[in-house]
Amino acid sequence: MPDLKRLFRESGKRQSDIAAAVGRSEGAVSQWVSGDREIPADLVLRIEEFTGIPRHRLRPDLWETSMTSSARPTPPDLTHLQRLEAESIHIIREVAAEARKPVMLYSVGKDSAVMLHLAKKAFAPGVPPFPLLHVNTTWKFRDMITFRDERVRSMGMELIEWINQEGVAQGINPFDHGGAYTDIMKTVALKAALDHHGFDVAFGGARRDEEKSRAKERIFSFRSEAHRWDPKRQRPELWNLYNTRIGNKESIRVFPISNWTELDIWQYIHLESIPIVPLYFSAERPVVQHNGLTIMVDDERMRIPPGQAPQMKRIRFRTLGCYPLTGAVESEAATLPEIIQEMLLTRTSERQGRAIDHDAAASMEKKKQEGYF
Amino acid sequence: MAHVSDLIATDIGAYLKQHETKSLLRFITCGSVDDGKSTLIGRLLYDSKMIFEDQLAALESDSKKMGTQGENIDFALLVDGLAAEREQGITIDVAYRFFSTDKRKFIVADTPGHEQYTRNMVTGASTADLAVILIDARKGVLTQTRRHSYLVSLLGIRNVVLAINKMDAVGYSREVFDRILGDYMAFAAPLAIEKIVPIPISALMGDNITERSGNMSWYAGPTLMSHLETVSIARQPSGAAFRMPVQWVNRPNMNFRGFSGLIAAGTIFPGDPVKIMPSARQSRVASVILDGEMPYATAGQSVTITLEDEVDCSRGDVICAGESPAEVSDQFETTLVWMNDNPMLSGRSYLMKIGAKTVTASVTTLKHKVNVNTLEQSAARDLKLNEIGVCNISLDQAIAFDPYEENRHTGGFILIDRLTNETVAAGLIHFALRRAQNIHWQSVDVGREARADQKRQRPCVLWFTGLSGAGKSTIANLVERRLFAMGKHTYMLDGDNVRHGLCRDLGFTNADRVENIRRVGEVAKLMADAGLIVLASFISPFRSERDMVRRLLPEGDFLEVFVDVPLDVAESRDPKGLYKKARAGEITNFTGVSSPYEPPETPELHIQTAKMRPEDAAELIVAGLEARGLLRGGDA
Repeated sequence: MPDLKRLFRESGKRQSDIAAAVGRSEGAVSQWVSGDREIPADLVLRIEEFTGIPRHRLRPDLWETSMTSSARPTPPDLTHLQRLEAESIHIIREVAAEARKPVMLYSVGKDSAVMLHLAKKAFAPGVPPFPLLHVNTTWKFRDMITFRDERVRSMGMELIEWINQEGVAQGINPFDHGGAYTDIMKTVALKAALDHHGFDVAFGGARRDEEKSRAKERIFSFRSEAHRWDPKRQRPELWNLYNTRIGNKESIRVFPISNWTELDIWQYIHLESIPIVPLYFSAERPVVQHNGLTIMVDDERMRIPPGQAPQMKRIRFRTLGCYPLTGAVESEAATLPEIIQEMLLTRTSERQGRAIDHDAAASMEKKKQEGYF
Repeated sequence: MAHVSDLIATDIGAYLKQHETKSLLRFITCGSVDDGKSTLIGRLLYDSKMIFEDQLAALESDSKKMGTQGENIDFALLVDGLAAEREQGITIDVAYRFFSTDKRKFIVADTPGHEQYTRNMVTGASTADLAVILIDARKGVLTQTRRHSYLVSLLGIRNVVLAINKMDAVGYSREVFDRILGDYMAFAAPLAIEKIVPIPISALMGDNITERSGNMSWYAGPTLMSHLETVSIARQPSGAAFRMPVQWVNRPNMNFRGFSGLIAAGTIFPGDPVKIMPSARQSRVASVILDGEMPYATAGQSVTITLEDEVDCSRGDVICAGESPAEVSDQFETTLVWMNDNPMLSGRSYLMKIGAKTVTASVTTLKHKVNVNTLEQSAARDLKLNEIGVCNISLDQAIAFDPYEENRHTGGFILIDRLTNETVAAGLIHFALRRAQNIHWQSVDVGREARADQKRQRPCVLWFTGLSGAGKSTIANLVERRLFAMGKHTYMLDGDNVRHGLCRDLGFTNADRVENIRRVGEVAKLMADAGLIVLASFISPFRSERDMVRRLLPEGDFLEVFVDVPLDVAESRDPKGLYKKARAGEITNFTGVSSPYEPPETPELHIQTAKMRPEDAAELIVAGLEARGLLRGGDA
């Protein structure tokens, strides 16, 4: 006789719930548990479905021999991270299968780290069948570049680094050129890199929860020859079917982690032990105050505001970019759980630390139409 | 993002452990602006503490500037995204929102409710496990409620929450709630929605959203949030047979060959027997891999499978449970939701993507369209944007499938326009047409090549296209005379002549033009098969139909002859007086005047007749055929 009392208890369902689920009285269920009666054969599958207890354990006399394999457990529900992971891998594979010449934009941050990890899983035991592209403004944190080169080496992937040499020659920098700096060294550089190599599809690590206008961005985002985004010409995305067909010179930006939130990203990094740039963890670093942000003095090019001297503070970064434009937060969080704890208790959104967003309400949408990622 | 759990501050490790096992629920909200849909979503985000302080500050200032709630927070502003929409005050697309509680993560597809946004709602519903249908308690069940419920049931969503909103505006009246619920149940009965849970709420005031309302003590059911957190979602029946469309053949080196895909149904263990459909080749699973080897994998996971045998299996095939594989067919009854400004035309060929497979499909019969408001069926010749119709479709090859009702991912498909590359329709397979299984090709002993050899020629189709008055028939006639004189066996199909017989029942609407060309294409194909050189002379204004005929024939046997003349020249010739009538409005849909002509992009032969006599044009074409080796005998 099966020990139904124990089986039911381990399933987490109360006997009264089981009774309700199969339309029997609680008395009937207690008769099964006490062994006075057996579970009627026609209820076994419904109870299996409700409790997750395999049929051959409920009625071994009926099912044990007829089961093809008694070792087949009923799989538990997938977790939200498993579902997000599966969706992202599906998207990455679909691009690899249908694109002529895809590339993955790698910005070295935590979202890129997750995207790269997903790409690795998608093609294991092989290596992802596309190169990585890093648009380097030459003002990235030094730690980012060190980390990038180590990751690429251990993944065995090709990295294409693109620097807008014209902008470098003209001395374009984040101190003197403000918005034009981002445009020339990031947006223009990205378009030039894509055109130069003839990439038809570029993966990006943007998420829909980052900003309001991104909530309506499709996973496959179509761009004209001039890389412009037209919100009215986006294609409907049904089920998990993606239409990847494009005309000559048109291109697609694909966002495999669209449906991840900042919390999902951190939980996944924690769960999968994905390496991230040390700048995300708290440490003593030299900082100054600049335009209302706490800026780390990463190299000698930093223009120290008059009257200030770099101070050592325990800081970390919630998002990474060009060091003179990326605000640090004072923090003691030195481990992943502490980072997640701090994020959950904090009261400001992650993009607040980026100087680029402090424009008009719909600024991101405008930038996107112009081709900013 | 202050989650409510105390664990965050006291024991972050325990909190993370707890949250690693959260499940995911995707739902769609259906309703119009006036129903308070955006307010509801904003409220869910706000009440689950998903709003940051900087966002809240922006919301408060926005509410004062452009809100509709006076001094109160206008939650709708949280979710109205694009600049254009904010100005117009309506949401015009599908937006995806995220929030999570201690029990679940939620993805909300927020779609507009007006009839002109049916396609957006269908898009949002295609990935949803549950639908929240909003009803304004002051207005009760409306036409749009019926439409939303129909679309929800069509897309196979089995769980519905009927959120009767604005209860504050009807004095939290139980009578109003009961009456609306009665109305709704009466019409929803035939829709086959498995589970309908009605909840009286006020999104504006927060009643029964996360906290039980003190204003409706008569209501004993769950709050909206607690229902969303606990409702059980059976994405598929337990024991569903295994299905995995192969997305990618993973072959990093000679020693490894795996098949990658997202499992659409069932569970797979190493050792399980499988069949590769549609070929029905058999094998067994050697291993299941995601990073490392796994004991098993189940629906919803993206994995790589290796097989015990070196069987032929490529992208687009479906790996199925050996004992119950997917069906295979090339003709189906389907429901199409049309999503493009250009209407669906019977006979036109589209690309169909289902799973990882892309094939050519055309609608053979539009049986009827469905009025989304009344569910009435009516006869139709085409489907316009946002219209829904039941159609038979025919493919150029057989595919593996399951009925949509059994599995969204092996029974749902999209149609793609070949020229614009746009996604023009969402489709749901109901069943395979028996015809496809029972009508086989009759094999014949005397084949195409034997018939051509007997005539000592290479059959082909010369397709003359161009404006009316360009000189197509004149030139085709001269070419035929020359070929005939050379001892070739020919036949000429002429646009005017076929309309006296074969296509007598067709007019000149776009739909009829497509059908006209389809029929002529099939006839030309039969004649070429019989060994003839066919000269077809048709305006054939649309590229997609000319390409359709091209695809009917073996590679190299279709020669597009573009008889090119400027419109003003053709109009000045006007041999049949048709341009004059068209300009006078006596003829509608006249190519070049009131209907477009799409010139060939890369015709095999391009003849500019404004500069050339018909005799010279015919000479040029015959020379072109010779240069291609088409006039050498079958003895070559």
